[in-house]
Formats: sequence, C-alpha cells, structure tokens
Amino acid sequence: MTGSALSSAASPVLAVEHLRKAFGAHVVLRDVSLSVAQGECVVLIGASGSGKSTLLRCVNLLERADDGIVRLDGVDITDPRVDADAVRSRIGMVFQAYNLFPHLSVLDNVTLAPIRVHKLAPEPARAAGLAMLERVGLSHKAAARPDSLSGGQQQRVAIARALVSTPRVMLLDEVTSALDPELVGEVLDLLRDLKSDGMTMILNTHEMGFARQVADTVCFLDGGGIVEQGSPDAVLGHPSHARTRQFLSRLRV
Amino acid sequence: MVHGVPVPTDDWTPSAIERERTAYRTRATRRSALVAAMASVAVLAVVAAAVTSSPGWPAFRETFFNWDKAVDSLPAVAQGLWLNIRVMLVCAVCIAVLGMVVAIMRTARGPVMFPVRALGTAYVDLFRGLPLLLLLFLLGFGMPSLRLAGLPTSALFWGGLAITLSYSAYVAEVFRSGIESIHPSQWAAARSLGLTYRQTLRHVVLPQAIRRVTPALMNDVVSLQKDSGLVAVLGVVDAIRAAQIETSVDYNFTPYVVAGALFLLLTIPMARFTDWLARRQGLRSGVL
Repeated sequence: MTGSALSSAASPVLAVEHLRKAFGAHVVLRDVSLSVAQGECVVLIGASGSGKSTLLRCVNLLERADDGIVRLDGVDITDPRVDADAVRSRIGMVFQAYNLFPHLSVLDNVTLAPIRVHKLAPEPARAAGLAMLERVGLSHKAAARPDSLSGGQQQRVAIARALVSTPRVMLLDEVTSALDPELVGEVLDLLRDLKSDGMTMILNTHEMGFARQVADTVCFLDGGGIVEQGSPDAVLGHPSHARTRQFLSRLRV
Repeated sequence: MVHGVPVPTDDWTPSAIERERTAYRTRATRRSALVAAMASVAVLAVVAAAVTSSPGWPAFRETFFNWDKAVDSLPAVAQGLWLNIRVMLVCAVCIAVLGMVVAIMRTARGPVMFPVRALGTAYVDLFRGLPLLLLLFLLGFGMPSLRLAGLPTSALFWGGLAITLSYSAYVAEVFRSGIESIHPSQWAAARSLGLTYRQTLRHVVLPQAIRRVTPALMNDVVSLQKDSGLVAVLGVVDAIRAAQIETSVDYNFTPYVVAGALFLLLTIPMARFTDWLARRQGLRSGVL
C-alpha cells in the first residue's frame, strides 16, 4: 500500500487544515495541511527551525494554533469548547529529551496517566504498565529511577508511557536525536515494531535511512509549509522540488 | 574523594610505584591530621587563657555561669521553651499550608487567573514588607480591643496568627521559586499524557519542587523556632521571657545562658537533620 492511497482514505485519523502558528513576528507555520490515515506513518523532514516540532505540538494542543483546524477522528480539536486534556489523553507524544519524571520510578512513570487520567485502579494499572514495559524490553527496570537508565532505555520508557493509554496516534519528536549513535538502534527497532502493529504515527527525524524504511509518506517542510509530500522513494529518491534536493544533498555531504 | 588502598579482586598485586605512593599518602594524611589537632588545641588554649585571665572573669563567671542559678531556673525556662515548641509546631503546619496556597496562586497562568495572581502578589508584598513585631502589636493588641463577639481574645492565638501571616509570605516565595525551577518540558510531558493543570502540579511539579527547596525551608524552620518567642511581647511567657523573670530576682544572667543552650539543643539536631535530608536527596537524584 502506498502513502498516497492511505491518505486518500475516507476518514483520516488526523487531519490538519491550513494550520498557522507564529511566535511573535516569527511565522513558523504559514499554511500547513496534512492528512494521516489509520495505520499510516508520516515522517516530517526539514532543517531545524522549519516547524516540524511546532507542528507536532500544535497537533497535541501543547501550542495553540493561530489559525486553521486540527481534526482527530473528524472532530475539530482546535475548537476552544473541546476538552484539551481529554484530547491529549488520546494522543501519545514522545520528546527528544525523553522528559521522564525523575521523582517517579520507571513503572510509576508509565502508570501515572492510567491511574490519574483514565482512572484505572492501581492493580490493573500496574499490570498494564508492566506489560507495556515488557513490550519495550524493560520490565526488569520497573523499580529503577529514570536517571539510572541509559538514554536509549529512557526513551523506550517514554514510548511505553505514551503507548500505555492506547493512543489513536503517536507523535514522535526527534526521538533519537539526543541518543548516542550505538543506542539509536534499540529505539528505531521499537518504532519499527509499532509500525508493523498498525500504530498511526507522525515522526520528525533526521534518520533518513529509517524514514525510507518505515514511512508511508514523507513530508518536506520549509519556509513554514510542506514543500513536497509523497512516498519515501519519490521525496527522498527523486525529489521534484529544488529546495528538497538542496536539503537532501546537504545531509549527504 | 575516597582514599584507600585498592582491594585486589584478581591476581593483581600493587606495583612498587603504587606501594610507594600508598605509603606516601598514608604519611601525608597522618601528618596533616596531627598538625590540625595541634593547631586547634593551641587556638582554644589561647582563647581560654585570654578569657579566664581577664580582670572581670570571676564576676563574669558568677553572673553568667552560676551552676546553682542554672539548676534553679531550669524548670521555669524549660516550661517557657515548651510554649516555644508548641507555637513553632502549630505555626509550621499553618505556614506550610498557607505558603503553598499563595505560591500556587502566584504561579497560576493565563489572563483569567490575573486576579488570583494579583491577590497572591499583594499578600506577599504586604506581609513580607511589614515588620513581624509591628504585626504582632497590631493583631495582638488591636484585634481583642475590637471586642467583637466570637473573636478570640487569647494573646497566644493572635501572636501565632501574626507569625503565620508573616512567615507564609516568605515561605510562599520559596515554594514559588521551587515551582518555577521545574523545567517546562516536565509540564509538557505531563500535559501530553492528558493530565490536567491541577494533576500536573500535584503529581509532577510539586513533588520535585518541594524536594528542591527543602534545604531553604529548613532554614525558615530554624528561624521560626527562635521567632516563636516573639509572642512574648504580648505578655505570654516563653523561654526568654521566663529567663528574664528569673534574672530580675537577683540580676544573675545565668538563666539567659540556660535558655540559649536549650535553643541550641533544639536547632542543632534540626540542622544535622537538614544536612542528612539534603545528602539523601543528592544521592537519590544524582544531580541536586
């Protein structure tokens, strides 16, 4: 199945329509539209400052968009009458710097949202948390403090923390950028598993090889908009736009 | 830094160079310990000799270190101290609660919360700016004179309230600095999981913030232990007031020394406890 076939499916999980976001006079996103189908993996590429992270933060309502609409399962979540906390609980987000809670054990990091947001009793939450840690291969670290873990392990915990609430879509913001090169593999392997399980994801990355493997759709962001969008082969292999070619050639040097 | 001879765990035996270095380190450590001990003894001896050979020393010793007077005044001073301790304990709890409420008000976000923030700021400005003694007089003598039915007339109550209001303003600022020291990425992570503002504050930000400001708070607790005696200006008898009464009998100042010693007995364990707490946190978090 190709990315474009997926994006044209009848009801996308996530739809971004004419999104605009500026910080003061600096316009980060000018007019961005994007559609993500069930099970689709969209990879955002672009130079630093091209608005990839801002786009993810707007989708998760961590930043308020200046204009435009974000729809989750067809519902406009940018409507101020919508309960933003409830929306966020259905969207998983993983950050570049892991952002684990240092005062909580690994297991408590994972079970915080199930207990406090989804109102699960401690026992089932614990069971779900341990099962999720098992899945990312870290159940033996359940009682450890986050800062006693390696960067790769911390990021896998962060992914487990986001996954345990069975989100509709996962937003992954440069999740391997802070990792030592030899630790990148374990996190990418996990993302590959997620993809094969049918998780819908949007991810920002500089790992072009990885993007080529897992992406259904690659979007190149530049100048506040999506310059080029299509299958990884098309965008990364045969870019039609000069700015895309320029960006990719700089990466290969 | 840990000095010590490395323990061989395999077939390693220290080389000649390492054995020589170990021997040198041992000698150097012994030598500096000896020098430190001798220097300390010498300084103490000089100070003791200077004080005890001063012309006024016999009279001074009689007035400030009279053993019989100390034993006589101890029950009264200790009873006064018990009041200090009770005022301290009750106020500490009230201060922690009120200080936290004001800190949360001051860190509230968004234009809707402006009145809340303004109220918090006004509170801190007012009660941190007014001298505690003035507050004690205003509340302790002013409130009962209103003769409002139902209003307590106890000097202890108004004194405790004055201390609580004043200290809460300081403690609120300590809590606020702790809350603001938590990196925004912690807020982002918690909110991205669907936690509300309140839940994020309660389960993510405050636990980390309180740990960070504990040493500063313990400072305020020690300070409070001593300031709890200020209720004495309203006519309540605390340790220092009790010592003053004892002293007025014969102008022997030993009861003051007794009161001082008792305060130190309270505050020094508190200081060691604070150190222990800080060290334990440092070990647990690795960075603090």
